[in-house]
This record gives sequence, C-alpha cells and structure tokens, in this order.
Amino acid sequence: MPHGSGASLEWSSGRVTAPFHGPVRYRYGNDDEETQVPEHEAGGPLGTPTLEVRDFLRRRREQIAQRWADEPLFRAVFTLSRDEAVEAGKAVVDALAQVADARRAEDSDAAGFTGVREQLARMSTSRSRAGLSLAQVSNELAALWPPVDNLLAAELAERPVEELRACTTTLSTLMGTLRVVAVQTALSEGQALIDRQRLQLLEVATPVIRLWDGIVAVPLIGTLDSARSQVVMETLLNAVVDQHARFAILDITGVPTVDSLVAQHLMKTVAAARLMGAECVVSGIRPAIAQTMVHLGLDLGSVLTRASLADALGYCLHELGVAVSSPAAGGAGHR
Amino acid sequence: MYPRPGAGHVPVLRLGDILLVTLQGDLYDSTAQQLQQDLSETIVSAGVTGVVIDISGVEIVDSFLGRVLAEIAAQASLLAARTVVAGMRPAVAITLVELGLTLPGLRTALDTQAAMALLEQPVVLSHAGGTRRERA
Repeated sequence: MPHGSGASLEWSSGRVTAPFHGPVRYRYGNDDEETQVPEHEAGGPLGTPTLEVRDFLRRRREQIAQRWADEPLFRAVFTLSRDEAVEAGKAVVDALAQVADARRAEDSDAAGFTGVREQLARMSTSRSRAGLSLAQVSNELAALWPPVDNLLAAELAERPVEELRACTTTLSTLMGTLRVVAVQTALSEGQALIDRQRLQLLEVATPVIRLWDGIVAVPLIGTLDSARSQVVMETLLNAVVDQHARFAILDITGVPTVDSLVAQHLMKTVAAARLMGAECVVSGIRPAIAQTMVHLGLDLGSVLTRASLADALGYCLHELGVAVSSPAAGGAGHR
Repeated sequence: MYPRPGAGHVPVLRLGDILLVTLQGDLYDSTAQQLQQDLSETIVSAGVTGVVIDISGVEIVDSFLGRVLAEIAAQASLLAARTVVAGMRPAVAITLVELGLTLPGLRTALDTQAAMALLEQPVVLSHAGGTRRERA
C-alpha cells in the first residue's frame, strides 16, 4: 500500500507564518476527505512546539498509522488484518495528539493515555507471550519513532532549524512517554498476574485431608513463608474443630528447605493445635534437612516427629486404639 | 451485657471425681481470683482428681487469661488433681501462641467429653515423647 509521500501533499504554505485566524482546511495524499483543524482557542501562540506536534499528528494520523502498520510490532501483534493494525495505530496517534493538546508530553499519567492503555497492554502481552523480554518490546516501541520523525522532518523542512529541532524534541519526548506507558502497563499486568497467582497458591497449596476418623493431615508443599504458614495454621485448626480431630499430621516432605523461621512456624502450629486439644505430629523430615536442623541448632524437642507420613499415621492409629492387621509383616496392607 | 467487675461468680460444678468450670465472655481479676480460691477449696473438700475448664465460650483472649489458666493448673497439680482445658477456639489458640503463651504444662482436649475421657485414663508420665510404634 503506497503511503502519501511529501510530494503529494497539498497543505497550505500559508501555515508557515505564525498565527492564523479561523479554521484552516488541509488536504493531503491518500486521504481525499478534507480534515478540519479547528483553531486553537487556548490563546497561546501557535508556534508552541507541543501544539505544532499535535496539529502534525492530527493531520498525518492516517499516514502514521499506515507506516506503523508495517513496523514489526504492529505486524506481529495484528497478524490477521492490516486494517486492524491501522485502526490501532490511529488510536495511538489520537492518544498522542490528545496528550500533546493537554501539553503534558512528559506525563505518563496524562488522561490521553487512558484509552490506549488496554491496546498497549494487549500488544505487550502478545509480544511477551511470543517470548520477547520487556526490553525487546520496548525496543520495538522505539522503532515506531523514526517513521513519525521522518514525516515530521519532511513536513517542517522549510521551517527554521530551531523550530524543527523543538518540534522533534517534543515528538521524541511524546514517543518516549508512550514507551514508558507501554512498559508500565506491561509491568502492572505482570504484577496483577503475580498477585492473582499468589492468592491461588495460598488457596490451592493448603488442603487439609481427613485420613481417618479423628486424624487430619496437611501435606505442605513448597516454601513456607509467614503468610502461608498463617493460612496453614488457620485451615488446620478449623479442620480440627470441624472434623473433631484428635490428631493432626503436618507432612513437610514437599518443603525444600527448613530454616529457623520455618521451624518457628511449625512450632507455633503445633503449639496452637495442642492448645485446642489435638496432638500434632510432624512427618517427612528428610535426612538432609534433619542434618541441617541439627547443625542450625533448631530445637524441635517439644514436637512429636515421625520419619514418614505412613509412620505418623501408624502412630496416630495406634494412639486411637485402631488396629491395622496386615497379612505381610512391615507393609500397611489392605484394611 | 458484660458482667460487672466483681459481680461475676463462675460456678464450679462437681461431676463425680471431676470439677467442671465453664468460662464465658470476659474474665476479670476479681472473678479469676474468686474462681481460683473456690477451685482449690473444692478440690480439697471434695477430694476430686480432675478439673475440666471449658473455654469454648471465650472468644477474646489476652495474656491474663493465659496466666490464670496456667496458675489454676499449677495449684491443682499441687493438690494432686489434673487440669484439662477443653474447647479452645482456633482464633484463641493462634492468639495465645502469637503471644508466646504455649502453656506447656497444660493438658488440653477438643471438648468437655474428650476432657472427661482423658481424665478417666490412668496417669501417663511421658506424654510428649510417646512410644514409637514398632512395626511387627
């Protein structure tokens, strides 16, 4: 698809001399409809680079979007339809123009960006899913700048150098802010995902299993931090009340490391269960962990421990007076 | 509907060889002192061998209650009676543990029935260690 080149532009040269009065009509390249740019009522001189850039963005909206659609970022995100990419590009250009209109080119919280945040989030998510790092996504966003810059340079070629430079700087700031917004959006998306998964982990990772009448067990898997151990303690104690359990087994086979903090959490849980009238057994301490705990000088002396969950269950059944008859010596057998 | 300080009087019920005390709501200094006195006198006069303190009606706990429970247990054991605290709520247990009051000398049970059953058992000296179940 051909892009409007500088030669086909018919935009009025009278625009070069500063302030104009009344609406001005522009016609340009591949867009036959006439676009009206209303006069800016803010009172400031029209020569302000920010407003200049805004007007430029509004005039060249279509062209910029067309060029962006050919950039790797848009091509990769909108694989199905080029029109969709152009539409997305237009939305981004509109947002930039709106931010420039509010003269908040450096402000990533500017209201103008609100509308495109979702768009940017979608784009960055889709790129991260393709395996790109955040830095690479940011680089792809940076690649959006040159096409716009070229257009701007071509358009303001006849203007004084200082003016051109001021406009370029503003545009560059604007594009930089866009990058910041995109990265921010991507980061907050990631943070939201992490928060959601942390909650899910808390819910999922602490099932209380009823092993027998009056025996409940919690198989702990993964690292124990204070938030998790709090949840474990609460769910275990509630299960003790609900199921009327005399014994609670804490199985730590799935806990990779035991340090003083984890040991303290275990002791607290055991003590709380004991206060409620249930006996707590800790099982599944692996040999290496047992060695580490001794080296660290952790005292689990008041805690009843067993090597495996099976041993712990056996102990509890024995204490409850339940006899398990097994045909083969040493095996749990069928009941 | 809080009992006025000084007005509360916790009833001590005798069931055979066991005394049953049910704590509810807040416990004030004077009430606690009265209870401790009543308990020790009744243990001696009735010659009971066990005390069950039901605290399932206690929702809020502080270090004071923890200390009272420990003191009751200590004075009862001096008079050769075993004390069992029954029916502690999870929130109360967590609070006590967070306060650092694990009450090591105290026997506990899930409810009063379990406490009675515990007191009917003969005295076991090594409670904590237990015997490791030997495989046949």
